[in-house]
Amino acid sequence: MNLDRLVAMVNDISAFFAGESGPDAPAAVANHLRRFWEPRMRAEIVAAHRENPGALKDLSEVGRNAVAELAKTA
Amino acid sequence: MFAKGYHDLGTPAATVTGRVVTLEIDGTSVTVPDGTSVMRAAAVASRDIPKLCATDSLKAFGSCRLCLVEIDGRRGFPASCTTLVAEGMKVRTESPKLTELRRNVMELYVSDHPLDCVTCPANGQCELQDMAERLDITSTRYGLAGSNHHHGELDKSNPYFQFDQSLCIVCSRCVRACDEVQGTFALTIHGRGFDSQVVASAHESFVDSECVSCGQCVETCPTGALVEKSVIRIGAAERATKTTCAYCGVGCSFEVEMKGDQVVRMAPDRNGHANHGHACVKGRFAFGYATHRDRVLKPMVRATISDPWREVSWEEAIDRTAREFKRLRDKYGADAIGGITSSRCTNEETFLVQKLVRAAFGTNNVDTCARVCHSPTGYGLKSTIGESAGTQAFDSVEKADAIIVVGANPTEAHPVFASRLKQRLRQGARLIVIDPRTIGLVRSPHIAADVHLQLRPGTNVAVINALAHVVVTEGLTRDDYVRDRCEADSYAKWKKFIAEPRNSPEATASITGVPAALVRGAARLYASVPNGAIYYGLGVTEHSQGTTMVMGIANLAMATGNLGREGVGVSPLRGQNNVQGSCDMGSFPHEFSGYRHVSDDAVRGAFEAKWGVGLKAEPGLRIPNMFDAALDGTFKGLYVQGEDIAQSDPNTHHVTEALSAMECVVVQDLFLNETARYAHIFLPGSSFLEKDGTFTNAERRIGRVRKVMEPRTGFQDWEVTVLIANALGYPMRYRHPSEIMDEIASLTPTFAGVTYEKLDRLGSVQWPCNDKAPEGTPTMHVGTFVRGKGRFFVTEYVPTTEHTTAEYPLLLTTGRILSQYNVGAQTRRTDNVIWASEDLLEIHPHDADVRGIKDGDWVGITSRVGSTVLRAEVTDRIQMGVVYTTFHFPESGANVVTTENSDWATNCPEYKVTAVEAIRVVHPDEWRARHESSLRHTTTA
Repeated sequence: MNLDRLVAMVNDISAFFAGESGPDAPAAVANHLRRFWEPRMRAEIVAAHRENPGALKDLSEVGRNAVAELAKTA
Repeated sequence: MFAKGYHDLGTPAATVTGRVVTLEIDGTSVTVPDGTSVMRAAAVASRDIPKLCATDSLKAFGSCRLCLVEIDGRRGFPASCTTLVAEGMKVRTESPKLTELRRNVMELYVSDHPLDCVTCPANGQCELQDMAERLDITSTRYGLAGSNHHHGELDKSNPYFQFDQSLCIVCSRCVRACDEVQGTFALTIHGRGFDSQVVASAHESFVDSECVSCGQCVETCPTGALVEKSVIRIGAAERATKTTCAYCGVGCSFEVEMKGDQVVRMAPDRNGHANHGHACVKGRFAFGYATHRDRVLKPMVRATISDPWREVSWEEAIDRTAREFKRLRDKYGADAIGGITSSRCTNEETFLVQKLVRAAFGTNNVDTCARVCHSPTGYGLKSTIGESAGTQAFDSVEKADAIIVVGANPTEAHPVFASRLKQRLRQGARLIVIDPRTIGLVRSPHIAADVHLQLRPGTNVAVINALAHVVVTEGLTRDDYVRDRCEADSYAKWKKFIAEPRNSPEATASITGVPAALVRGAARLYASVPNGAIYYGLGVTEHSQGTTMVMGIANLAMATGNLGREGVGVSPLRGQNNVQGSCDMGSFPHEFSGYRHVSDDAVRGAFEAKWGVGLKAEPGLRIPNMFDAALDGTFKGLYVQGEDIAQSDPNTHHVTEALSAMECVVVQDLFLNETARYAHIFLPGSSFLEKDGTFTNAERRIGRVRKVMEPRTGFQDWEVTVLIANALGYPMRYRHPSEIMDEIASLTPTFAGVTYEKLDRLGSVQWPCNDKAPEGTPTMHVGTFVRGKGRFFVTEYVPTTEHTTAEYPLLLTTGRILSQYNVGAQTRRTDNVIWASEDLLEIHPHDADVRGIKDGDWVGITSRVGSTVLRAEVTDRIQMGVVYTTFHFPESGANVVTTENSDWATNCPEYKVTAVEAIRVVHPDEWRARHESSLRHTTTA
């Protein structure tokens, strides 16, 4: 999967939940990814988070925290 | 002429008051609603009164003087069409005097009417002929030699019907139908007395006039004056079968009139619950594609997409399809393959394709074309009010006092609903249009929007927030309603957010381009009437914030108490005939039918038990994810039923690269569409005329589709899916689509009460249809929301990343036109092309002027992802800085320039906002060739 595209998608999702969920936004974003992203998409962004975090430099703060949250249960 | 066998009651039903009146007609006691005409009461009592100018789709007119009756205690001979019933009234419909009066009228008509009934196309379905027979008119005392209209003009300009002045009796039914039902006001009576004649617009031919070819004038004409050319060509129908239209999401009911295996005409069904006898140019006339020479009727295969196609037997095609998907599954795993269901196919076919993918392929990689249109509706409405569907029946609009139409163009895309809407507006309802373009509803005959918020593309959320800001800060919320029905916490949070000054009309005006005063006026109007209704379309959903906007709409409706009864609501206008149904049937990769997540153990367990196979608990790939995975090398095979993703999906180059990267693409369609260029196996599809099943329209109405001719390919589409499943070793044993519906009902709580027997008995039902609502649910969320308490969401405006620059200074937005449908595969193969044979680029006069572009010039359009060339239409319908086009013609390549930007929640593409530059092009062929060669390059790469 195109990692840049996944990053852009996480940022878009995060922009919504930043407004809706405030401090709980990372958890809300992670929940959205679990419910709507196919496992290989989640695996890819979690792998980047673990192994090549520089590739996720364009993630927003909420997005970065959301991926970290997702990685806890991946 | 109306549908064969229809019993015309003469005047419309009375407005429901609950009061009834009992009267006596020819000695028989009749009880009817108060306000009913004597004519209708008599027809109800099977005492049909002679008539010519009356028909039950139009208000009583009282002109032909055939329907005279005698009423005890009343002088003279009142016209029964304009006389209302009264308690105890005694009516006589027949007497020697009445016969004498009626015969005299008929003799006058006959004296000026050609008497060649036998060769007339209306022979046998002509009301004048019927009346002459009934009154035993064999001659006329006025003779036939006097002045007459026997040599009146014959206007054959319209491709679908003709107007023969010589057969016209000037009853005004066509004029009134155009006014009252369609609302176009294209026809009029010109001249007076003997010189009176029906004319189109300012005495123009029908095709050059304002006529929109809805066919309502033809439907209501009592003689052969206005008649379908197909009736002339083929002859009178032998039988009629009720079915549901396969075009837009209005889901009109039609009687398909057949002679042998030929469709004589599609006659709108006056008992149709969605359309009440109305139709549009597509559903009414554009059915010729079903027998078009371009139909592919035999399966075809090829080893690579650069090879020529080879016709094969069904057995070979199915065997090869199964072998290929098995090979890919064995080699790469089940998640390397998937399928796409179609919003043009039936519920049963859609259900089977997703079942095939989940149960036989062994993956949740199934998606549907709703991904690229109304997926945000599903997410947004499910989250806020609990159900992924519109809240109302179309009839609800009759009780609306203020109507917001946002991001929709009903007169073009949902014309039959638009006519209903316009009827209500002419009765005095107020209208707010929110659209970047000056759509037809903004100003048309006898219609003018009270407010037009002509926003910049991509700023919907800022506008809806500004409207809500006014409602909240000016105390226009219905706090009692919200207190009873919504979550207190989410309301408080939203209210605080929306009241912030940054959401005010004044603060957002610089973003939206809409003057604050207009926004304030619109908000006050919507919130201050008893019933405010919102209708929306793809101009809401096809944005990076499509889901946020749907939530914003729901927020506004909840805050103003405008949900849960007739006259209000949130109603998505669905683009294709079965968008609602394809979503309902579990076509999305994360949910089963009835919108239940695949991770729900109980739900999944029920499907596993019924289907006898283990199912995955993880969501599958969405369509754009499939493309990305294909380019990544992890997605290898796709079964596409009835969708042309290579034309309809954004960034064509990306789509075609992805398709080219797959090892097996199977396309099932009526025609060799653009996607078929990248297919290895082509399975010919069957049209809606050739199959049984159901469609579900935008108001959740499930209507029957009935086979009127044998499938030209040998199989209905659902049968092909069954063959593939069986060849894959997953047995499907359905004998009829009714059995598939039984399975759907057994697994889907909102469909639990749906059976073909019930659909046949009631005509249609709106889901939820179950023990709680055995005959369906016209209005949802009555008393309480489906999710329990309604939930408000904070809808922060987030600008799209697709913004203008010096290089791309214009915003391109897309839409539809009346005569063409979606990717045009059907309508391009009909005479509808006389109204539109190419996609045009609308450009504002100022933008055109500074670029040296004149009306009709070829214009090159370039975005960040691609280029195409279109002919310019210079018009101030579009605002400065914005250009607009449609996507009906593949050669236009509208989606070559659209980007993959998409909705945050659902990945619905942002078709409505693409930054582009437009330049005048001297040699369009070079641009076309560039576009074509890039596609060819992609194909062979």
